[in-house]
Amino acid sequence: MSACENSGGCGSEVVDPGRRDVLKFLAVGATMATGAACDLEGFFRKSFRELSPADVRRMTTGWERKYTRKYGKTVTVSEVGPMDGVKFGYGLDLSRCIGCRRCVYACVEENNQSRKEPQIQWIRVLEMDKAHGVDLNHSDIYYDAATVPQPGKFYMPIQCQQCDDPPCVKTCPVGATWKEKDGIVVIDYDWCIGCRCCMSACPYGARHFNWAEPSLPAQEMNPKTHVLGNRPRPKGVVEKCTFCIQRTREGLYPACVEVCPVGARKFGNLLDPESEIRQAMDTKRVFILKEDLATHPSFFYFYAT
Amino acid sequence: MLWMAAALALTLSSAGVIGTAIPPTQVVKVQKKEKLIEAEKPPFTEGIFPCSQCHNLKVNGKVNPTRRELQFHDEIQSDFHHDSENRWCLDCHDANNRDVLHLTSGAAVPFTESYKLCGQCHGDKYRDWKRGVHGKRVGQWNGEKTYFLCVNCHNPHSPRFKSLKPLPPPIRPSDMNRGKR
Repeated sequence: MSACENSGGCGSEVVDPGRRDVLKFLAVGATMATGAACDLEGFFRKSFRELSPADVRRMTTGWERKYTRKYGKTVTVSEVGPMDGVKFGYGLDLSRCIGCRRCVYACVEENNQSRKEPQIQWIRVLEMDKAHGVDLNHSDIYYDAATVPQPGKFYMPIQCQQCDDPPCVKTCPVGATWKEKDGIVVIDYDWCIGCRCCMSACPYGARHFNWAEPSLPAQEMNPKTHVLGNRPRPKGVVEKCTFCIQRTREGLYPACVEVCPVGARKFGNLLDPESEIRQAMDTKRVFILKEDLATHPSFFYFYAT
Repeated sequence: MLWMAAALALTLSSAGVIGTAIPPTQVVKVQKKEKLIEAEKPPFTEGIFPCSQCHNLKVNGKVNPTRRELQFHDEIQSDFHHDSENRWCLDCHDANNRDVLHLTSGAAVPFTESYKLCGQCHGDKYRDWKRGVHGKRVGQWNGEKTYFLCVNCHNPHSPRFKSLKPLPPPIRPSDMNRGKR
């Protein structure tokens, strides 16, 4: 599927379905005819290109029209890029988290995740025994106690770690996911072919698949979206935490930071020594989840006490 | 390799160019100035302030500084869990002017700056709070951000957080109807 096809409006460039079939046929024919592997590279070089900023704006305008019609409210699709001199970092204070899951649902609402069938949640909160320490083999994500925190337990939320050496990006066969300059690993939902290689490559279970058409009630849809973030996803693509790209690139804190009732979540610019995240990194005991895999996350766990 | 190309060509087609991908988004030069805004302190119980309405030396005469059970302020006394073995009202509230608090030095501190009082014992938290590591800030990570005072989150008479009911757990994959509606 090309980006253009899904945009719902590329003006004069829209090809009528009949002609499109002919094109497909010709394209396949041409590939078959050239055959030899040496020409294949030339074929791709001529036939694929990155969108210019104007092209992207045209596409996002198309999406805005489409979503506005579908959800009955004015939807904006931003394509704002990373800020200069900014590398996002995230800190989670394990000594504070009480496992209340407020972050999970704030994230679902902010980022237009499918509510149920399939239910998609970018944040998983693991309940673990203090006696075992951080031991993923003795963790439970389905805990449902009347109140939290439970005695003898601690809680560890896990979401995309925005790795500097991301295995998901390395494994994607079509280049539909990449790392941006501010450290956010993003997905092009129109380029994703739904092969789920990235999901099996991710050591943090951070990527989720839309097994069916996402269920997103129109009245709950968050109309402030980003092209690489929380815009509504089609069936059959992978999605994950983007540090609330639509918020953080506008200077706002992610939704999970804003909602946390115990202030366990810290966010900011790793390149700014005065930022809260750097203050925590510089003065507290910090650890990286599965550090031995050398994924170099931008997400850190720390103990403030 | 050939079948892959054929499959790709089948899936990707538009006028002229077969595929168009969103490039990494353009870097924006923005430098916002950080500005810290203090949150408003939580309101007093209605009708209780100013305390000098009742605690008035002219009306009541001398203050009794002996630690004891009071006949008043039941709701605070019954839920007082802040080193209650060793401390009582006048350790923080000023005996001579009940509308302010006081440090151990005796210096008066208005209710709006109660964090100075907290910081006397909880120095490590006070230090972390000033750095933004303890507590919570909301708003803009690189612009205007609101920071909360100790008393916005902690009840000064019973500072430990009350436990919460967790929001529902995720649906187990086995209970999820994957795509079959």
